[in-house]
Amino acid sequence: MESTLDIFVKAIFSENMIFAYFLGMCSYLAVSKTVKTAVGLGAAVIFVLFVTVPVNYLLENYLLKEGALAWAGYPDMDLSFLSFIMFIAVVASIVQLVEMLVEKFAPALYGALGIFLPLIAVNCSILGGALFMQERQYSTILDATAFSLGSGIGWFIAIVAIAAIREKIRYSKVPGPLRGLGITFIITGLMGIAFMSFMGIKYTSEDGKKKEDVTVVDDNPEGATTGQVIDNPSNANND
Amino acid sequence: MSEVAEKVKAPRESLFSKKNRKLVTDPLTDNNPITIQVLGICSALAITVQVEQAFWMSVSVLFVLVLGNMVISMLRNMIPSRIRIIVQLVVVASLVIIVDLMLAAFVPDVSEKLSVFVGLIITNCIIMGRFEAFAMGNKVGPSLMDGLGNSFGYAWILILVAVVRELFGSGTLWGFPIFGDYIAGDGLYSLGYVNNNMMILPPMALIIVGIIIWVQRARNKALIEDH
Repeated sequence: MESTLDIFVKAIFSENMIFAYFLGMCSYLAVSKTVKTAVGLGAAVIFVLFVTVPVNYLLENYLLKEGALAWAGYPDMDLSFLSFIMFIAVVASIVQLVEMLVEKFAPALYGALGIFLPLIAVNCSILGGALFMQERQYSTILDATAFSLGSGIGWFIAIVAIAAIREKIRYSKVPGPLRGLGITFIITGLMGIAFMSFMGIKYTSEDGKKKEDVTVVDDNPEGATTGQVIDNPSNANND
Repeated sequence: MSEVAEKVKAPRESLFSKKNRKLVTDPLTDNNPITIQVLGICSALAITVQVEQAFWMSVSVLFVLVLGNMVISMLRNMIPSRIRIIVQLVVVASLVIIVDLMLAAFVPDVSEKLSVFVGLIITNCIIMGRFEAFAMGNKVGPSLMDGLGNSFGYAWILILVAVVRELFGSGTLWGFPIFGDYIAGDGLYSLGYVNNNMMILPPMALIIVGIIIWVQRARNKALIEDH
């Protein structure tokens, strides 16, 4: 099995929500015009992912999965066809709840995140987090939480980076038809290529079931047993 | 249908009136959901590695968007505006469950490849965007046309990107080899042609969409943004 730290690091870099799966692209493109709003939305995504994925994990494992209702005396029940509707209901209601709680107890934070919270209910990365959690079948809630936190941080890094680039690109002479959306797409693609170099990160995972997901650089076999994230030669071209 | 409407001289417009036809044709080019409105990119790009996946994804979105638009349009006077997002999500989620089960039943291998992206149709911004912007304020007929137009606009971009990526990335279209057998090395490969593996990687989808936007805006100057 992968260690929790592996899951966390992988979710940030080599399986980044934006660059590897394009999740949450709509708000990523719409809200990345200035760094300030990008930071607000990014923080809100981290927060909501961190809250919703563990809740959906519990729901999946104690209610929806085949045999999950064994504790209630229904070992043959399989409610997994309901998972889409349950997950989206959980996401929508938690976003609503979080909005109310933040407004009551942290008005300053509400001022910063407030307008972004309703947007987030329909952000693909939140539901995507829940669906990936379901598909990958994390063994403990700790792993699922590490995954959700890592995905959120990865999304945050991506949106803040593109916002910083878009602020600067205003001073460049971009060809007319490419201005705005077109150049943003191409820059995101280039950033994605840069992020692909994180594929070289070595993980501690042994020859487990999802071997094809992890690209292990095998030029240094004795290093493979030592650590979680060994510096890889190819990450120099990032940032 | 338009003949019927003319005969009875009913005050309601026909389903294929000029205005309604415009609802279908507009999203194909000048108001395309992907390249102009920037909606629905979330689940669109990840599944454009092969044409087959892109096709089934487009069919799924067509089904969900057209039916969803009609259902929301029928319910539009009954939905309290405060909880409309939840109502919309429930409608989409139910339709997506139907699509997911149908795909799993009839094209299981495609369903496996699309994995979570079928579920992500729920949060596809095109769908919520059309519900909010169109179906909540229009009758069933126009909503149907709007749903059709937007899903065709989505589909052609998706399939175009998929054709480019599959053709140059794997040398096939819908799984059929175009340039000859890669492993045996005949056809074009005997001349030294190689597949561009870059095309299969996620970043190229973004760059291809960027180029489509570039071409489209170069042809229609009115679409150029200030910044």
